[in-house]
Amino acid sequence: MSTLEIKDLHASVSTDDGPKPILRGVDLTVKAGETHAIMGPNGSGKSTLAYAIAGHPKYEITSGQVLLDGEDVLGMTVDERARAGLFLAMQYPVEVPGVSMANFLRSAATAIRGEAPKLRTWVKEVKGAMSDLGISEEFADRSVNEGFSGGEKKRHEVLQLALLNPKIAILDETDSGLDVDALRVVSEGVNRYRSPENGILLITHYTRILQHITPDFVHVFAGGRVVESGGPELADDLEKNGYERFVREAAAAS
Amino acid sequence: MTTPEVAGLAPELAGAKEGQGEKPVLSAGERFTSYDVEAFEVPGGREENWRFTPLKRLRGLHDGSAALDGRAPVTVTAAEGVTVETVGRDDARIGEGGTPADRVAAQAWSAFTEATVVTFDGTPAPLTITIEGPGAGATAAGHLQLRTTPFAEATVVLEHRGSGVLADNLEVVLADSSRLTVVVTEEWADDAVHVTAQHLSVGRDATLKVVSVSLGGDLVRVSPTVTYRAPGGDVELVGLGYADAGQHLEQRLLVDHAVPHCKSNVLYKNALQGRAGTTDAHTVWIGDVLIQAAAENTETFEFNRNLVLTEHARADSVPNLEIETGEIVSAGHASATGRFDDEQLFYLQSRGIPQDQARRLVVRAFFGEILQRIPTHGPGGLPDLRERLEAAIEAELAVTGV
Ligand SMILES: Nc1ncnc2c1ncn2[C@@H]1O[C@H](COP(=O)(O)OP(=O)(O)OP(=O)(O)O)[C@@H](O)[C@H]1O
Ligand SMILES: [Mg+2]
Repeated sequence: MSTLEIKDLHASVSTDDGPKPILRGVDLTVKAGETHAIMGPNGSGKSTLAYAIAGHPKYEITSGQVLLDGEDVLGMTVDERARAGLFLAMQYPVEVPGVSMANFLRSAATAIRGEAPKLRTWVKEVKGAMSDLGISEEFADRSVNEGFSGGEKKRHEVLQLALLNPKIAILDETDSGLDVDALRVVSEGVNRYRSPENGILLITHYTRILQHITPDFVHVFAGGRVVESGGPELADDLEKNGYERFVREAAAAS
Repeated sequence: MTTPEVAGLAPELAGAKEGQGEKPVLSAGERFTSYDVEAFEVPGGREENWRFTPLKRLRGLHDGSAALDGRAPVTVTAAEGVTVETVGRDDARIGEGGTPADRVAAQAWSAFTEATVVTFDGTPAPLTITIEGPGAGATAAGHLQLRTTPFAEATVVLEHRGSGVLADNLEVVLADSSRLTVVVTEEWADDAVHVTAQHLSVGRDATLKVVSVSLGGDLVRVSPTVTYRAPGGDVELVGLGYADAGQHLEQRLLVDHAVPHCKSNVLYKNALQGRAGTTDAHTVWIGDVLIQAAAENTETFEFNRNLVLTEHARADSVPNLEIETGEIVSAGHASATGRFDDEQLFYLQSRGIPQDQARRLVVRAFFGEILQRIPTHGPGGLPDLRERLEAAIEAELAVTGV
């Protein structure tokens, strides 16, 4: 049973004008079996939180802790974090020209599983996972994310989620840029991943994905921290009334 | 890999990114050329065509002090459709490809005692020619000519290996309507110095593809000159170089479009990895493309891309495109030197792939575009070569744990 604990996390992004503080004391615990939705206005620091947990080099942790099953995540390299069981589906997946999707997936699975998957079962596994997500086979030969449409990129993020089966998945706006059908397919993918062993941190702007993936907890993120937490009903409140109240309060607090 | 940043450009090359060299591109005919070494001044290092080359490491090839009394054996076996001859310098065919345009090429020409002429006729099976260095401490001059007969279609691999110092001229003379693919590998031992001039002469409607792979050697300087004897020529020059700590790899090209309706396509990629406490890993790429007034309907593109893997590495890149006619189909040139793309590495690592392996994936992908040009299937296919070179690159990567 896994637990991701984020304790009073402060982080800055490095900019040309020096470090710029973004996260201002994030506290959040995600346990196996739970799905947490994080909602918040543009620029509030949601992606920064996701990147900081994953270890993106542009973000510097200035204080606080991130623990996965009690282990200090912040002391690990990016790949160690992934092998420890963290996964980040990115808002903007990166193109890697010249590296085929097939090669990439196999390299990743080998790293995460600690041994190369048996070729025969692997091919079947990948094909199955691709078809579950409505991804045609020819993508296996294409360069990672290169020239993929926004929706295709998101499907491939969920494909990786399915194949790598992490303990805790952070999904950064995996729903944005998807049409209705794609949203359904991608949500189904996330729901297949969902299990009593896995925890999900779902970052989103819109409640529409929450129609497909019902969260156990909803958090409002503003001004670089969680400003309110509640159950699924909080999402409905946000849908009706927007973030205004929270943004004002966050501004007043900082 | 699309990092726009230009790292490691020599400071004196302000504007190189835009492709503005300091001197106009001289045509093959306008350049000073001679078979006689004494017709050239001993370079002092400031000359346009020597300013990037560490003359001290040329082991006397440039100033007459190299004895050139070694032997660099050429191994090639005649086969159906392939004639191999050893000829003297008085053979009428020698020099058909071109004339030396620098002192080392002229030195090699003045010094070689016998030349190997390999003629491809019909559609022979792929051929491998091996040139072995003269051995550590020895210096040698060599001369090789590859020629096709009209309508011939052939693939040849020219492998360089071993130790020592070699200055040579390679003539490639394509008869009308022939097609030749030449893969040139520089797989020298660490001590080797190879300075080579390639004279690539293309007949009417002939197609030439040259894939250059520079991996080994202390200093390797390759100067290809492409001339078109008649319209309809189509030339593709692609290359990759992997410069380790202390290695100097230099490619200087002149593609001289003097006749109409010809094509040239140039793509060179270099990766560099240096080490503290050693001479910088250094690559130099000079890409001169000239479209003369008569060369209407020319189609040309040249691109050099350099990937700087570590500190202590320097990539110089000077694309020069000079156009003297408005009647061209297309002409373009570009150069980009960048470091590892942090975003790509982050993405790969975020999927659990260790950093060293992520870097290898990126480098392999970077060179993949060049290695893909080596035909693996069909009658001129080289099924094993690409794999062997991929493995050689992997080995280079492993050396410093990139
Ligand atoms: N490289 C950067 N340079 C400067 N500012 C940055 C950089 N990266 C992030 N920021 C700033 O940090 C703040 C938080 O950005 P972040 O991407 O985390 O927001 P977000 O909540 O994910 O927004 P969105 O909903 O639009 O995805 C923003 O004000 C953003 O402009
Ligand atoms: Mg975001």
